[in-house]
Formats: sequence, structure tokens, C-alpha cells
Amino acid sequence: MKTRSLLYGFMAEFGSPDALKECVRLARVEGYRRVDAYTPFPVEGLAEDLGIHRSPIPLIVLIGGIAGLLAGAAMQYYSAVFDYPMNIGGRPVNSWPSFVMVTFELTVLFAGLSGAIGMLVVNGLPRPHHPLFNVARFERATQDGFFFCIEAADPNFDPEKTWRFLEDLKPEGLYAVQDFA
Amino acid sequence: MTSNNISTSGHTYTTLTGKISSLVLTPRTPLLWFVGAGIGFLGTMLLFTAVAWLLLRGVGIWGVNIPIAWGLAIVNFVWWIGIGHAGTLISAILFLMRQPWRQSINRFAEAMTLFAVTCAGLYPLLHLGRPWFFYWLAPYPNTMGLWPQWRSPLVWDVFAVSTYLTISFVFWFIGMIPDLATMRDRATHRYVRMIYGIFAMGWRGSARHWHHYETTYLLLAGLATPLVVSVHTVVSFDFAIAILPGWHSTIFPPYFVAGAIYSGLAMVLTLAIPLRRLYRLEELVTMRHIENMSKLMLATGVIVAYSYLVETFTAWYSGNAYESFVTVNRAMGPYSWLYWLLVATNIVLPQALWSSRVRSNVFVVFGIALSVNLGMWLERFVIVVTSLHRDFLPSSWGMYVPTRWDWATFVGTLGLFTLLFFIFIRLLPMISMSEMKQMLQKREARAE
Repeated sequence: MKTRSLLYGFMAEFGSPDALKECVRLARVEGYRRVDAYTPFPVEGLAEDLGIHRSPIPLIVLIGGIAGLLAGAAMQYYSAVFDYPMNIGGRPVNSWPSFVMVTFELTVLFAGLSGAIGMLVVNGLPRPHHPLFNVARFERATQDGFFFCIEAADPNFDPEKTWRFLEDLKPEGLYAVQDFA
Repeated sequence: MTSNNISTSGHTYTTLTGKISSLVLTPRTPLLWFVGAGIGFLGTMLLFTAVAWLLLRGVGIWGVNIPIAWGLAIVNFVWWIGIGHAGTLISAILFLMRQPWRQSINRFAEAMTLFAVTCAGLYPLLHLGRPWFFYWLAPYPNTMGLWPQWRSPLVWDVFAVSTYLTISFVFWFIGMIPDLATMRDRATHRYVRMIYGIFAMGWRGSARHWHHYETTYLLLAGLATPLVVSVHTVVSFDFAIAILPGWHSTIFPPYFVAGAIYSGLAMVLTLAIPLRRLYRLEELVTMRHIENMSKLMLATGVIVAYSYLVETFTAWYSGNAYESFVTVNRAMGPYSWLYWLLVATNIVLPQALWSSRVRSNVFVVFGIALSVNLGMWLERFVIVVTSLHRDFLPSSWGMYVPTRWDWATFVGTLGLFTLLFFIFIRLLPMISMSEMKQMLQKREARAE
């Protein structure tokens, strides 16, 4: 089978989160923007160093929660008042204190599910294949390795200059990431 | 508060990952695993038998009848769901309170929650009378033109328990995605790698991923915290909404929530103590964990004891003849031996935990945890049965004795819980690797 190989970017491996953070800082100074760091656990401040400050997740969760609240309240109100009114112990048909539990549970359910699904969607998951996985050594990124990748799509990317820049940082490994299209 | 989280035996990211993941990825299964899972399997078969017989013959095979229409089924439902609550306490509430020691126990505590809620959820459904119509409880468009009765605590239960199960699962699963990716990358067998890979969903630990992931995790913890309080509140409403003496009380929601967490912590200890010994995890689940959980158990136990006291006081202070009768009847009536056993196992014995020498002896702590498991079960039995068996009119008094099918169903769910738990520890990392490594890094950063 014939495959066409494209360069996805250059990836450097570091032994510690601090070395990685230093690399991120220098790369930002050099003006690289299409970059990402890969770590086995969340490293404090790394996202901020990469210029990622906001997350849409809180808004997604809020909207999900409001939707759940309205759906729960509306469903009970509609069914108890209009669709199937019933006299239970002389209570008014809209006996809203009894509806609080289900409304609350649906609020939490919708908020939680939209947060979880929203996180996956925002992160572009599930995505079983990614060019980075073509680097065998990348399996350490979920174990004990700290990786930094400058993508070829970066406007400042220059095969020679970028490679030399990463080499000067004395990484534990330096890899060209191929994208087999 | 953060020192000695994991013992300072010089773990690195590499050794920590290796230690936890190799428990799963090793082809060797400890003999004791087969023993435990085998017992669980037999119990599960017993559960299937009991349920099959129930479906054939109806709830009459249980000892329930009027006036005691709620027997072991409801006792066990409340007991199991209460056990689940400690898992959420450890995973969500302690997370929000920034207690990093929780990180070596939260994964299996959450798994415990899932399995306990699974067992709990079976009971109200089986108790329905015609369990095959359980879906009538869900609001779905149907040709009968019916809706669930929103004023019924049973319907609240359906929403509370199913939401709790769903959110607990989501919380557990989202928390496990990075670890599933680690398992994918460490697995040597092609198919094992593929299976973990499917569930890891292509996680690559990018800083962007982590950023959104941590936000989501924090929000889920924030959602799970009021949820867990609401679930046992709704369970207590099953009782408190009724006008029966001994049930119709405003103290029930906080009293039930404290009792739930109390029983759940006892179950976490019951599972953690043998587990750390079996898998040699003493350096990850340290004595400090055992001590902290013992302290939490003592604290919630004191709240429970206080609730008993207030309940008794209110019965007297209300001047209501029926309320005082129920209270006296609990202590002196036909079920009094259960009441005093409850006081002994649930209130008196756990007071030994005030002593730090007791808390540092795993055998004693294990014994007390078992005692609390029993005590909390007895508490639910006393609440359910003694209130029902003597209500307003002596003509409607009765007695309840569980039948062998009651016991078979209970032992069956214990078996199902055991089996699910053993399968979990064989197939999934029982301690969160990413969180442990994060803790290690933070500690090193502080040490510098």
C-alpha cells in the first residue's frame, strides 16, 4: 500500500515538568503559536504558559443545568396541570413543592452529562488515531515523559531553524512526527 | 495535612506507573482473587435464583405482608445506597476540600459506589410487585396516556437513584480516561491495547486536554456534592412523607445523610484493609489513610448517635402518644434485642476510635468497620420494621420475620457486589495513576 507522508511537526521529549515548562516559555518567546505540550498528569500553569486561559466547559455546564431545570419543571407542570390532572389528597394540581426533587435531579443530570460530553467534544475526542502516535516513544507521554510539539502548520515553522531551536534545549529525545495521510 | 500521603520510599513517575498498572497487566492472577471472585460468583447465582423465583411466585415469597409491607427489600435498599455515599464523599467532597490524601483511595471508593448503587437499585424494582412493568415509572409517551405520579416519593427515588448512578459513573469514567490511556500505552498484547484504546478514546495528555479536563472534573465534583446529599434526603422522604409514628419527622434527611456516609466509610475500610494487604499497597494506601477514614467514620458516627438522641427527645417532647409509644417499643418491644444490638455495634463500639492506638491497629479498625456495617443495617431494620409493626390500632399490629428468600436476595446482592468489585480490580487500575503522579510532582516542587 502506498502512503503519502507529511510532516506534522517536531516533538521534543523532556524528563521533568520543569524542563518542559522552560521549553514552552522559550518557544512562546520565539513566536511559535501552534504548539502543544503532552504530560502524564496535569502540570500546574502549563496551559496558561501556552496561552490557554479560558475553557468553555463552565458555560456548557450552566446551559445544561438550566436546560435540565426547565425540562424537569415544565414536564411536571404540563403533565400534572394539563395532561393528567389528578386530585391527590386535595392538593392543588400545581403542587410545586412536590416537584422540587425531580427538577433538582434533572438539573444535576443534564449539567453533569453536558459537562462530560462537552469536555470530550471540546477536546476532539474520541479520536483513536493521531499523528503523534506514530512516534513510538510517545507512549511515555501517559507514563513518565513530558513532550513538546511544534506543528508544521505554525507560520514560524522552518524545518531547519525549528529543529535547531529544539535541539539547543537539550531534550532527551527529538522526533520528526510524520502524518501518514 | 499533606505529608506522608504516599510513603517517602522514593517512588518516581516510572515506578508509580509500573506498580499500579502491573497489578492489572500481569498475566498472573493471585489465588485469593479466584477465591474472592468465586464466592462472589456463587452469590450472584444465588441472586439470580432468588429473583427468578420472585418473578415466578411474586413478592409473597418474602416475609412481607400488611402491616409490614416493607421488609428486607427496603432495609437493604437503604443500606446499599448509603454505602455508596462514602465513595462520593471521598471522590467529590474531599476533592473540593483539597484533601490530597484521598487520591490513593478515590478510584476504588467510586467503584464501590457504583456497585453498591447497582445493588440498591434492584430492590425497589423487585419490590414493585410486578417488576416487569418497572418502566412505568419513567415518563415516556405511552398508549395508556399515563404519567408518573410526581407527588410520590417512589418516583423521586427513581430520578434520584438513576441520576446518582449516572453521574457517579460519569465521574468515575472521566476520572479514569487518562489512566486508560496509560494502560493502552503499557499493554503489550495487541487486543488488550485495542480494548483499553477504545475506552481511552485517543487521550494524549495534551495541555489543552488537561485544561478542559480539570475544569470538568472540578465541576462534576461540585455537582456530585449536592447530588449525594439529595439522594439520601429523597430516600429519607420515603419514610418522612408518610404519617407513621417514628417516620414522620423532619430530622430524617440530615440523619439519613450522616448515617449513609458513616456506613459507606465503614465499607471503604472493609474493602481497603484486605485489599492493601492482598496487593501489597501499604505504601500507597498508608496507615494515614486508615487513620483519616477512621476519624471521619467516628465523626459521622457521633452525628448519627446525636440523631438517635434527638429522635428520642423529640418523641418525648412532642407529647404525642404514638411517637412515644414507638420509641419505647423500639427499646422494650419484640424487636428490642435488635435495637440494643444496634446501639452496641453502631454507637458504643466505634467510640474506641477516639484512641489513636486503636486507629493505628488495622485489625481493630477492620473489626469496628464490620461492626458499623452491621449496625447500620440494623438501624434500617429497626426504622423500617418497628414503625410498621405497631401503628395506631392494635388490630393492625403484626410481626415480620424474613424468609429464606429474603436472605437469599440479600446474600445474593452481597455476592454481586463482591463479584463486580473483584472484576474491577482485575481489569482496571484501582488507584488513580495520573492523580498520584500529580501529587508526587507537587510534593517535589514544595520540597525544593
